[in-house]
Amino acid sequence: MALLEVSGLHKKFGGLHAVNDVSFGVEKGAIKAVIGPNGAGKTTLFNLITGALAATSGLVSFNGAPIQNRKPHQIAACGIARTFQNIKLFHDMTALENVMVGRHLRSRAGFLASMLNMPWTLKEERQIREKSMELLALFEIAAYADVEATSLAFGQQRAVEFARALALEPALLLLDEPAAGLNMHETAEIGKLITRIRDLGITVLLVEHDMSLVMDISDEIVVLSFGEKIAEGVPADIQNDHDVIKVYLGE
Amino acid sequence: MKKLLPLAALIVFVIVIQKMTGWTDTRFYLTQLTMAAYYALLIVGLCVVMGYAGQISLGHAGFFAIGGYVSAALTTINLIAYQDRVVIRMLDGFGLLVAGQDIYGDAILVVAPWAACIAAVVCAGTTAWVLGIPVLKLKGHYLAMATLGFGIIIYRIVLASAVFGEADGISEVPPLPLLPGLTVSGDFGMREENYYIAWGMLIIGMILLRNLIDSRVGRALRSIHGSEEAAESTGVNTARFKLKVFVLSAVFAAVAGVFLTHYNGGIGPSEASVMKSVRYVAIVAVGGMAHLWGALIMGIVLNFLSLRGVFGSYDDAVFGFILIVIMLFAPNGILSLNWRGYFLGLFRRSGQTEETGRAIDGTP
Ligand SMILES: Nc1ncnc2c1ncn2[C@@H]1O[C@H](COP(=O)(O)OP(=O)(O)OP(=O)(O)O)[C@@H](O)[C@H]1O
Ligand SMILES: [Mg+2]
Repeated sequence: MALLEVSGLHKKFGGLHAVNDVSFGVEKGAIKAVIGPNGAGKTTLFNLITGALAATSGLVSFNGAPIQNRKPHQIAACGIARTFQNIKLFHDMTALENVMVGRHLRSRAGFLASMLNMPWTLKEERQIREKSMELLALFEIAAYADVEATSLAFGQQRAVEFARALALEPALLLLDEPAAGLNMHETAEIGKLITRIRDLGITVLLVEHDMSLVMDISDEIVVLSFGEKIAEGVPADIQNDHDVIKVYLGE
Repeated sequence: MKKLLPLAALIVFVIVIQKMTGWTDTRFYLTQLTMAAYYALLIVGLCVVMGYAGQISLGHAGFFAIGGYVSAALTTINLIAYQDRVVIRMLDGFGLLVAGQDIYGDAILVVAPWAACIAAVVCAGTTAWVLGIPVLKLKGHYLAMATLGFGIIIYRIVLASAVFGEADGISEVPPLPLLPGLTVSGDFGMREENYYIAWGMLIIGMILLRNLIDSRVGRALRSIHGSEEAAESTGVNTARFKLKVFVLSAVFAAVAGVFLTHYNGGIGPSEASVMKSVRYVAIVAVGGMAHLWGALIMGIVLNFLSLRGVFGSYDDAVFGFILIVIMLFAPNGILSLNWRGYFLGLFRRSGQTEETGRAIDGTP
């Protein structure tokens, strides 16, 4: 059984079928990529899976349980974390604090315990901080821990967002164009990092335009065009797929 | 350590001020300082909602008024005519009522101040809960409008209800006993004690809120301000956190309302007026929005000046004016202005203005 199962997923914006009857599965422990031209519906697909948008129809199941119609925070609690195509960091918060928010579901201090500064919350705070620093170190941005996140360089902001998503310790990580805006060296680094994350046991679903990265790291690829799935398979097959070549190169 | 220093400074300041009013025989200042501390308690609570969680409320005078009015009404309405009713007998049985005499020597039976106080705070908290569920789904201007509407409703209710004394408000509100020999009251013999009660409440409130801001919950609230979508994606139940912090701030406002009402011995409809809510928002803004200490300092200073009558009959106008000026020139509060750069610039005059540029730039 696949970890994530999408079946007959459909999203209409007025008359536009942004996601049109899309079905696929993501196997546990795999890296799967979603590719397609601009406006193909990739981000919309992510928003449907994470509950940021409500599907017009169709099913999404995770670990065998249906998760459509749930709120995004509930889906996060199921073990699905994500990054955003247009980076969404918390302004007025440092890089470290941004990642610490990612520990929200892994900690439990509530209003009362926090206000009263209960001794056990101090221990919890320390653990949150340590874990978050570890993640910043993993992305080699520990030096910027106390810098306001939104004032960091673009690549570093990406890294903070990535670290924040990992802080959830998700079972499935959705990455929306993780290499966008990065140079070749940084892209290669991100590629290695994603493989490493997979090796840690986290399943990855990513949207990416950088074909060499996609072909390099993915186990399987889904191709969308105008909201519809036109192909699915291993990288080698996708590279030679007639329809895919047509979509990408034009006729 | 860094957290304790400002608090220690505040405590020293509070004590020094009290001693100074004693030495210079200006104890009358203590009255306005006491009242200012209660208003500041409301303001720091509002600061967490507005500055940290990023949700505006133009209805906080309403929660203050619910606290003050409910406690005032319960402790002044004479229940003697109903003393044979089952409900009243039950309340009496639980020790929730006190018998006594009014100023004409007639027998009265009213709700005990401590019980009235709790009822008032619970009432305000519940109202905030019920109001918050639908209203906090709104954002920005729409939320401002909705909370403003709530404030207006509370104002019209107290103005129109006989139990709340209509335009006269409620007077003859009895003292609120805290400990044996210590009551919240305007009694001149207890002026120092009441000064310390008020500032003690403010300091405790400040400690609680500071702890909250520096915690998991504080980060969640700030993340909502930063990006609701991203906050949700990290598992923050944004709707619930917004609601809880709104209720918390309403409780702070209600506690301030209850204590100030017992201190003043009464409450009038002006406490529920929309201009009061605007004033609180203006003060949080001057203090720098996401700045508890700024809110506290401005809350004390501006309320003290206002209570001393410094602004004369332009009182409300002054706060409206402050709000406009802050929004135009210092949306991050006056403490955030680049004062150092400004003064250095005065001496330099070399045309290098980049240092002061930030204050004029309207974006936060
Ligand atoms: N909230 C929305 N309301 C209306 N239309 C939308 C909305 N979001 C996306 N769309 C439309 O749906 C289509 C798919 O958009 P989507 O952002 O999913 O594409 P994408 O594959 O992620 O593209 P890109 O590669 O440019 O990121 C586009 O035509 C877009 O204009
Ligand atoms: Mg996209």
